[in-house]
Amino acid sequence: MNQVTGVELIKACSAIGAGLAVIAGIGPGVGQGIAAGYAASAVGRNPGAQGAIRSTMLLGQAVAETTGLYGLLIAILLLFVQPLAR
Amino acid sequence: MGSYALAATNVDFMIHGLFQYELFGQKLWITTTHVSTLIVMLILLIFGIVVKTKVSKVKPGDNPKGLVSACEIIVEKLDDMVLNSMGEKQYRKFANYIGTIFGFILLSNISGLLGLRPPTADYGVTFPMAIITFCLIHYNHFKYQKVKGVIADLCDPWPIWAPINIISDFAVPVSLSLRLFANVLSGTAIMALIYALLSKVAIIWPAALHFYFDLFSGAIQTYVFCMLTMTYITNAIGEEN
Repeated sequence: MNQVTGVELIKACSAIGAGLAVIAGIGPGVGQGIAAGYAASAVGRNPGAQGAIRSTMLLGQAVAETTGLYGLLIAILLLFVQPLAR
Repeated sequence: MGSYALAATNVDFMIHGLFQYELFGQKLWITTTHVSTLIVMLILLIFGIVVKTKVSKVKPGDNPKGLVSACEIIVEKLDDMVLNSMGEKQYRKFANYIGTIFGFILLSNISGLLGLRPPTADYGVTFPMAIITFCLIHYNHFKYQKVKGVIADLCDPWPIWAPINIISDFAVPVSLSLRLFANVLSGTAIMALIYALLSKVAIIWPAALHFYFDLFSGAIQTYVFCMLTMTYITNAIGEEN
């Protein structure tokens, strides 16, 4: 078996770390699902307010999405910019 | 080494420098972001000039047709959006600004369809826009609430919370710009991954993904950026004004 150099080890660990960082997507997924579910029940109760409910839901979901995007950014940085392997 | 870097060598969604120049001893680059921003601005400018000449030809009392009527619908929708979230008193002042950033961000996000690298997938484009929002928030805060109201807002529940309130004030532009940037960048990265790693089978079906990542996600993020800007400014202005 070939010898693994330090930089290669760091790159391999960066890939694992990127995979772990994307697990952050679980939270926003659950949160957006809950928001969509409540929006659906709100439309069921009050179909007249569909436009207002939709825009409120989209706004809340976009804010909830931010934490997942932070995880994604870390993953992209680890994979493509590779700040640790320099 | 080669096999480890398989993904990194083929996949290409980074910003490229086109040519270098020196200004005051600093080495600066003209990048792909500059080029696509200029193209987006040029499209908006030409669209504006064409619509202006068409509108000035329409006589009052005529029924607007074609492009003029489409533009009337767009302006009405944008005005309605600003009116609904900012209220009767303020919307005249902000409708122009919100309409401008709406057009720019929307066209920037869609420009992935034209084969450009979207300008909003560069943090150097989204952060200045968030800084403009930050300045607008605090300018209006001081203008309408005066110094007394700003200090009262800073010490909201108790004075000891002031540092936390200051941090949350500065987190607004960071989260606003990172949200737009990361959304567009994730779309660009996924499309680049598909074209690079599945290049043999990526024939027609990536069009559906383009539809989702560029059109749908781009439009939603544009709407969200504008809505959040308006919400923050309305909060800063305060209820009674």
